[in-house]
Amino acid sequence: MAEKDPEKEKRKIKAVAKMKEIMTAYYIDAKTAEQTGKKVAWITSGGPVEPLIAMDIIPVYPENHGAMIGASKMGVDLCTKAEAMGYSSDLCSYARSDISCATVNGGPIGGLPRPDMLVCCTNICGTVLKWYEVQARYFGCPLFILDTPFCHTGFHDEMRRYVRRQLDEYIAFLESAAGRRFDYDRLKEVGRLSIEGQRLWQAVLDTAAHRPAPLSAFDAFFHLALIVTLRGQQQTIDYYRMLLAEMNERIAAGIGAVPDERYRLLWDNLPVWFRTKWLSEKFAAAGACLVADTYTSAWCGSLKYADENNFLESMAECYTRIYLNIGVDEMARMVVDMVDKYAADGLVMHSNRSCKPYSLGQYDIQRLVQERRGIPTLMIEADMVDERSFAEGPTETRIEAFMEMLKTRKAA
Amino acid sequence: MDPLAEFRAAVADPASYVRSATAQSGKKAVGTLCSYAPEELIYAAGAHPVRLFGTSGAERLADRHLQSYCCSLVRGVLEDALAGRSDFLAGVVFPHTCDSIQRLSDLWRLNVPGAFHIDAVLPARLDTASARDYLLDVLRRFRSDLERKLRVSISDESLRRAIDLYNRIREMLARLYELRNENPCGIRGRDVHTIVKASTILDRDRLVVVLPPALQALEDVHECTAGNKAKRVLLAGGLCDHPELYSFIEEAGGVVVWDDFCTGTRGFSGTIDGDGDPLAAIAQRYAERPVCPAKHRGIRERAEHLVRLAKEKEARGVVFLLVKFCDPHAFDYPYLKEALDGAGIPSMLFEMEDQLPAEGQLRTRFEAFLEMI
Repeated sequence: MAEKDPEKEKRKIKAVAKMKEIMTAYYIDAKTAEQTGKKVAWITSGGPVEPLIAMDIIPVYPENHGAMIGASKMGVDLCTKAEAMGYSSDLCSYARSDISCATVNGGPIGGLPRPDMLVCCTNICGTVLKWYEVQARYFGCPLFILDTPFCHTGFHDEMRRYVRRQLDEYIAFLESAAGRRFDYDRLKEVGRLSIEGQRLWQAVLDTAAHRPAPLSAFDAFFHLALIVTLRGQQQTIDYYRMLLAEMNERIAAGIGAVPDERYRLLWDNLPVWFRTKWLSEKFAAAGACLVADTYTSAWCGSLKYADENNFLESMAECYTRIYLNIGVDEMARMVVDMVDKYAADGLVMHSNRSCKPYSLGQYDIQRLVQERRGIPTLMIEADMVDERSFAEGPTETRIEAFMEMLKTRKAA
Repeated sequence: MDPLAEFRAAVADPASYVRSATAQSGKKAVGTLCSYAPEELIYAAGAHPVRLFGTSGAERLADRHLQSYCCSLVRGVLEDALAGRSDFLAGVVFPHTCDSIQRLSDLWRLNVPGAFHIDAVLPARLDTASARDYLLDVLRRFRSDLERKLRVSISDESLRRAIDLYNRIREMLARLYELRNENPCGIRGRDVHTIVKASTILDRDRLVVVLPPALQALEDVHECTAGNKAKRVLLAGGLCDHPELYSFIEEAGGVVVWDDFCTGTRGFSGTIDGDGDPLAAIAQRYAERPVCPAKHRGIRERAEHLVRLAKEKEARGVVFLLVKFCDPHAFDYPYLKEALDGAGIPSMLFEMEDQLPAEGQLRTRFEAFLEMI
């Protein structure tokens, strides 16, 4: 057996093993739901999962599946299959790979368990609305749409009323789909656990404000899975407590995610799932750590609107005012706040062909951040899953030029 | 005298037309994106609604704000605004439509000085009581936003007048479509396109005056005998701002008999109930008109609507004209095509970019399709 590099071993996050164990158990649970008599709901990543947990319905995330497809480099094959079904290659690659995967049960885990119901929340995009309509036709199962009006400049009373009413409709939908009464007391408890989980996730991300940062955005992309998938469950809280303790130990021991951290960068948009390792190594080799990102922080960004003593009432605002459902200027303000909070030297933006609400407006955010904080920025043209939209050579050249610029600025 | 002269002038240069129309009328011009913008309220506020389509200018100012994977409509509208070509507008209204128009609203608000800016964040679904109540709430807010920005008061009486006017306009446009449907090779597709597009640009008080003689002129067109041979085609998609495509289809042996466009039947279908609360009546029409794919009203409604239209209009085939990078339409295309296939109605897909491909190539594609059907 080859000798392990002690320097590398030191930097490995030990909680990873536990995380894999939890996710494996979760997928086994979901895939055997039919035998155990549990119901499965497919839900969008920004959707309110707590009512499902309160009803013992297993939430399954096609977007999380999309990320797995991307990371295992199976995206091009599945996207091509969707294109053969008539879906334009310009459509979201999560949607394309999920739509074709459902028909062939392909992908890294042999397809997702068949849904008993679909829950689509429009707070992340209009794409999910169309995607879930496609799946509702394909699987012939009931579809619930939670329509969260876009908050260009604010959250109005009529928006709150509308979303709040829909939460009642959502609960009625679940009662009908699951064939039993909704337990409001249970929701209170799940809500408390959800908020606790989000606080812990935020605390984990906050440790990266330390120099050197004990974890990078690339680590966060991985550890994110629980707050997305199992939000509102005790095991998520236990896991993030453990991860937080490990991060604090790393801080005490001076262990950084990147050896010899010299530059601290922010990441914007979804990961390029099929090149996370490559990108992580590229930046690390130049002494740069991606200390925070706008993506993983979105799952705790609504904490300011949450009320653990009145969870159901506060859900409307929490689920409507999320990062992607707000104006470009408010997004830019949040990025600037992150630059300050994490003492970032630069901003790396992934212009993601698949995601229009995330990407259109990025040029303006880039300019606003430059104006307000004067830091260098880099735009990477790619896609979260479809490798055909990524050119490694030019990207590498741009990263090198960007790092050179950072170096010159630091030296000055 | 060409009965369509005024329509043609407005379509050829909407900015100049609206500038001179508003100089005469004293009205303020208010731009709108998408056929869900509740124009009746703009009219009732004494303003002149103008739907924005964007022109493709030589300069590329919009490229500083939008990536290459944004559709030509959004890019064109932003380009015009940044280049100052939309400075005739006193204001602009963004109804929430798709992910791209949603961001266009932000980009306009942040980068285009001058005109006031209103978001009317309509619901994304239209099939529930809560969504319809919310839609009415949005119209109420829109009414007070307009009142504030235009410094006017919008009375129920003025809303009723607007309803009456829009009902008349929509009835006349429906009549235009019926005329063409009855005599499709006597009435040119591009003339219909011109009238319908102009109906979103012309001063609406003027429109109700010039539409009847235009319709009369078309009614007097002799029935064309070639119509027996020409193949009846229905167009489907978002919007089509390339009238030359109609000529290509006609010259390839087809006739356009109907469409399912938001710059066509989806935009003008539906009569508003004149009785009762006018705002609620307007809301009801927007909730019930043929639905755009960016809005949800059931998972099969659009296919059922399209197949029904194709059968009713005796279309031999359907041509999908889709704007590249328009996600809502691209998502619906496979299931719409499948539904047409199931009903034995052949279809073809043509994806439109800002610039159309070479004419020869286009003609060949339409000829091949028309030969097949």
